[in-house]
Amino acid sequence: MSIDARIVDDLVANGIEFVTTVPCKQLAGVIEEVDRRDGIFHIPSNKEDEGMGLCAGAWMGGKRPAIIMQNTAIGVTINTLATLIQYYRMPLPMLISYRGELREPVACQVEMAVHTKALLAQLNIPTYHFHRQSDVEELDMILKYTFMCSKPVAILTDANFWGGYGDQ
Amino acid sequence: MIRSEILREIAPILRDQLVVCNIGIPSQELHAIDDQPSNFYMLGTMGLASSIGLGLALAQPKTVIVIDGDGSVLTNLGTLPTIGNNAPGNYILMIIDNGSYGSTGDQPTYTGKKTDLAGMARAAGCDNVVVVQDVDTGPALQKAIAGGRATVLVVKCDSGNAKMPVITMDPVIIRDRFMKAVRA
Ligand SMILES: Cc1ncc(C[n+]2csc(CCOP(=O)(O)OP(=O)(O)O)c2C)c(N)n1
Ligand SMILES: [Mg+2]
Repeated sequence: MSIDARIVDDLVANGIEFVTTVPCKQLAGVIEEVDRRDGIFHIPSNKEDEGMGLCAGAWMGGKRPAIIMQNTAIGVTINTLATLIQYYRMPLPMLISYRGELREPVACQVEMAVHTKALLAQLNIPTYHFHRQSDVEELDMILKYTFMCSKPVAILTDANFWGGYGDQ
Repeated sequence: MIRSEILREIAPILRDQLVVCNIGIPSQELHAIDDQPSNFYMLGTMGLASSIGLGLALAQPKTVIVIDGDGSVLTNLGTLPTIGNNAPGNYILMIIDNGSYGSTGDQPTYTGKKTDLAGMARAAGCDNVVVVQDVDTGPALQKAIAGGRATVLVVKCDSGNAKMPVITMDPVIIRDRFMKAVRA
């Protein structure tokens, strides 16, 4: 089974029916897979804070949400994480491509990578880092944990996890 | 009319609906005029009322009325294409367009100048965009509720705020009672 199908199977198995995305090259396959599933309503958003607003509404409407985005989006969602998701105590699994880590070809991506874990730690957001493909085995537990504690939870997935960039 | 006068007039219509209300004085005014468990008050996160309401409308069948502001829509303009391409028939985005950032002291926004929010919504793919003057808000809102079509309602009104107390209710309580009203 592909890693993308494996991830989306776990989302579905945990009752996630509402997924918003902003693309990253590393996330192309998983976004395509989300889009293919009948059990998931996929709504692309134009900015990640907007996406978190959609997720907050879906949660209050009775649907389990998730957001799929790049780590650079931590820079545009801090206010939303603090004043909406955390302040009103809502669960939000965040599947995040961790650009700027080992095997990264684009230097600019490193500039947010060096802040990513520090910002998440400052926000007291539980953070998991997938570096090897076998790390995906924890995804099911992380999703259960997220809905148990009603918090935003970050799953950082680096280039090594996704098998590099293919052409690099 | 200013925002609070409009809210007072439409309070009987809002009472039976799920309402997501914009940050700052709009929420304070609605809370003081007619607090309901079916009101979701935003205490922060400027700009996301329309997005929260859209997620809610997509997740369940009851009508959702978002009370938004011109400044907040301008700060989250990406919301308009998302609404234009996805909004279901139970979604009503009512933008109180007072041409200002009311909550922070009535500083002018661009909608009081050359910018036309209704035109931007149409260009973003919203098919049913209605512009009304403040005095016509009630009937226009009732029509939107009865119509069962996704609606963007731009309400043109004067700038100004009523003096109301801040909301001290715990956010988790606001959210919890709202979710119970959604399920009821
Ligand atoms: C990111 C951010 N910037 C600025 C503010 C301050 N702020 C709170 S409400 C508001 C004005 C909102 O204006 P509008 O949406 O037009 O609503 P009105 O009060 O005019 O009805 C501003 C600027 C904020 N809360 N968050
Ligand atoms: Mg305004």
